[in-house]
Amino acid sequence: MMKMSDSYTIVVGLEIHIHLATRSKMFCSCELVYGQPPNTRVCPVCLGMPGTLPVMNKTAVEYAVLTAMALRCQIAPLTKWDRKSYYYPDLPKNYQISQYDLPIGSSGYIEISQEDGGTKKIRIRRAHLEEDAGKNIHDAGGYTAVDLNRAGAPLLEIVTEPDMNSPVEVRALAEELRRIVRFLGVSEGDMQKGHMRFEPNINLHIQRNGQVFKTPITEVKNLNSFRALERSIAYEARRQYEEFLEIGRTLQMGNKKTFGWDDEQEITVLQREKEEAHDYRYFPEPDLVPVRLTPEWLAEIESRLCELPLAMERRFQREYGLSRYDAGVLTAERATAEFFEQTMRLGAEPKRVCNFLTQAGLKIANELSVPIDRLRITPETLAKLAQMVESGLVSTTAANLVFEQIAREGGEPEVIVREKNLLQSSDGGQIEVLAEAVIAEQPQAVRDVVEENKKAKKALGFLMGQIIQKAGGQVNPKLVSQILQQKLNALKGKP
Amino acid sequence: MEWTVRALQEQISAGQIRSEEVVKAFFERIDKIEPQVGAFLTLLKETAYEQARSVDEKIAAGQPVGPLAGVPLAIKDNLCMTVGPTTCASKMLEHFYSPYNAHVVENLKAADAVIVGKTNMDEFAMGSSTENSGLKRTCNPWNTSRVPGGSSGGSAAAVAARMCAAALGSDTGGSIRQPAGFCGVVGLKPTYGRVSRYGLVAYGSSLDQIGPITQTVEDSAILLNVIAGYDSRDSTCVSEDIAPVPDYTADLEQPFEGLRIAVVESLLEGAQIEVQQVIAEVLKIYEAQGAQLVPIQMPHFDYAISAYYVIATAEASSNLARYDGVHYGYRSSRAQDYIEVYSKSRDEALGPEVKRRIMLGTFALSSGYYDAYYLKALKVRNLIREDFTRAFEQADCLMLPVSPTTAFRLGEKTADPLQMYLADIYTIAVNLAGVPAASIPCGLDRSRLPIGFQIVTAPFTEQTLLRIARMYERCTCWHQQLPEIAQ
Ligand SMILES: [Zn+2]
Repeated sequence: MMKMSDSYTIVVGLEIHIHLATRSKMFCSCELVYGQPPNTRVCPVCLGMPGTLPVMNKTAVEYAVLTAMALRCQIAPLTKWDRKSYYYPDLPKNYQISQYDLPIGSSGYIEISQEDGGTKKIRIRRAHLEEDAGKNIHDAGGYTAVDLNRAGAPLLEIVTEPDMNSPVEVRALAEELRRIVRFLGVSEGDMQKGHMRFEPNINLHIQRNGQVFKTPITEVKNLNSFRALERSIAYEARRQYEEFLEIGRTLQMGNKKTFGWDDEQEITVLQREKEEAHDYRYFPEPDLVPVRLTPEWLAEIESRLCELPLAMERRFQREYGLSRYDAGVLTAERATAEFFEQTMRLGAEPKRVCNFLTQAGLKIANELSVPIDRLRITPETLAKLAQMVESGLVSTTAANLVFEQIAREGGEPEVIVREKNLLQSSDGGQIEVLAEAVIAEQPQAVRDVVEENKKAKKALGFLMGQIIQKAGGQVNPKLVSQILQQKLNALKGKP
Repeated sequence: MEWTVRALQEQISAGQIRSEEVVKAFFERIDKIEPQVGAFLTLLKETAYEQARSVDEKIAAGQPVGPLAGVPLAIKDNLCMTVGPTTCASKMLEHFYSPYNAHVVENLKAADAVIVGKTNMDEFAMGSSTENSGLKRTCNPWNTSRVPGGSSGGSAAAVAARMCAAALGSDTGGSIRQPAGFCGVVGLKPTYGRVSRYGLVAYGSSLDQIGPITQTVEDSAILLNVIAGYDSRDSTCVSEDIAPVPDYTADLEQPFEGLRIAVVESLLEGAQIEVQQVIAEVLKIYEAQGAQLVPIQMPHFDYAISAYYVIATAEASSNLARYDGVHYGYRSSRAQDYIEVYSKSRDEALGPEVKRRIMLGTFALSSGYYDAYYLKALKVRNLIREDFTRAFEQADCLMLPVSPTTAFRLGEKTADPLQMYLADIYTIAVNLAGVPAASIPCGLDRSRLPIGFQIVTAPFTEQTLLRIARMYERCTCWHQQLPEIAQ
């Protein structure tokens, strides 16, 4: 229930944790692999054994810098590591190596697509690197078990400004960020594997009688799907408004609450009433040296930057006349987008190539769980196949069969078309014979066409279909249409 | 039998004496002396004999052997080893077995050394008398009613009593030099970054450094040759492109021509009269060899102890957070929930000095106090560094006492931690500056307790430092003095 005079704006800022796809952990050489038996991907360093020391993973730093660059952040020329102290069984050293006052990136922005096709800039406050903790497993028969396979995995934490004003916008940002890190190749962004975790900070600005009331900020912890993210914000907005109507509490220092998300009941659950005076006792990590990001190093990293997905999506719409939907599907993955562009460079009709890729292509790639560029088909063969359809040599249906075969097994389109006998007949004589037979068999439809009555269009289609069927599908529809028109026009007495 | 590393290594690798016999002789001494001194937490007889026999076999087969071939050494118990427990003299780690060897332990093994045991220390290296050991009491071999110094008290006592040829210690605020001084042996703290800390259980990470405790300056050079150098596992370890590792024994016998010795008059005043007198004699010996004294000021020296106890305890509070009873080490059997696993395990297994320093450090890092304590301490640290930089622009080395007094009585200072902290006044600034320093025996006081003096030089000039030390040692025979117990 909303009071008639009230209107409110939802204000959301987001913290995102992204697992980077480096080969080894952040500060040791343990291989990063998911789904292994507990505590098998560990070493003295990530177990926090006495006497061990961290060694920085340079690739993780480069991935973080690359992402910060894509988010138009200012890159710190000198950055360092800090220890963040808190006690928890999944944190072996009881401190986390993180970055406090000199994050790798700061003051950037990300552009997200809006419902109306426009874009909105969401400001990025900071992007920094840290090590992940392990996992506590609470159902180990009365005990809590600890799995440290994940402990020490490189995490990129990105914090936005509170620039989002709806659950949809927050989701758009999260999805855009996922698309960016996957484009850059710095993270697999696999939601199932927990590669991305979200923590929104939410409150409402309620306008009433010319005054603005701000509700206390709540933080929802550890969301790991877009759906949960979107729904938890929608839920929190409703809950906060109702709470405001009931008790009218407004934003004050220290009255931030922390909630969890119950995915089954789709409600937020209070975890901490008051923001505890959490004192992480940050101080510079004495076991690591500061990182100087030299202009040479930065230039080298910058050279790996690619066109960002949203820009590419917009360009595909502009340059190739694709719909927003098609451009979106093509740019969901960098491999798909690049495959498409390479095919375009070889000269083929954009919409046709787009259909091949987004329908059969993605279906097969998905089935085989590989990116599209790992299929046996190449931009060259695809361009050739598309051209064959355009010139009427094969039907779209047949071409899809050819595509599928090449995608799975490889091969040349010309050869397959010949072998499978998929070449369309362009034998005018044969079509003429068939057309005459159909005209004789279907007087009613013929009459509809000749009289040009309401059913004329449908009847024409029907006659076309009959001829193609008689030819067993292997005819060039353009030619059928041409010959049929000639015969019908003759019946109409037209030239 | 001469017991120095140099002499033993020479005779063993020449086949004149077998390592096994040497090791046997040392264990016989240990059997006799150790009950009165208590230097060792763990004796590694079995593996020591194995190592000795394997060296003897190599020599018999005419194979090349390392620079420490068959020489019995002792290791401070905060250096990780896969043989025996690595306890840090704490109940917390009393039964902790490290899954890996420290970098320096690997190096000693590669040099064919024989490791006879792990030595006692102040718990987690926090202390100046080894009285903070949670596991054992160590006495000074010169007088068993006296402390051996600390925190590497076990290592210094073991070398002084010749229960091993040499030992490794660690030095965060004087923990090698002060016990070496109290026990009349040579203790060297290398430049921060010279020796890899990988496998040294951390106390104050930005201050900790591993170094040798030996009978002679030459032995110190031999051990430093083995342990110094780059290790990719320690990011604070300095690359050899920047600071090459020379052969520290190479020009040891060559006196430093035109040596300029910086002296801070005002600092000497705080020391016991006998210490002052002995230092004056040391300087005369150098002057007699053409050295020139350069009086200098170290304006920020007085703030060193305060800065040290903020920085070291801040780092320690974080470094020791991992001893929580969850993953390894002591766990309280009385814990009802996970918070109590932390609180009770730590309460029951950590000693009072360790707790005191953890609390001090935690406080110094707390929000609202960070700027006033930790940040300010870092600023003081920079000023102290600058003091040293200026000193080394005017002189080649700085000479100081090691401690204001000789070894004090067991129990004398345990009730007053602050008095204990002040015993480190001459050693602490060196760690804050990261520069190398050595403690060289230079006399005995009226009670026949050793006195040491300290030589400090510029970063990565251990070679110069050792040469300067040798200039003194070759003119004197303090290093040949033995405590009665060891004769
Ligand atoms: Zn590891």
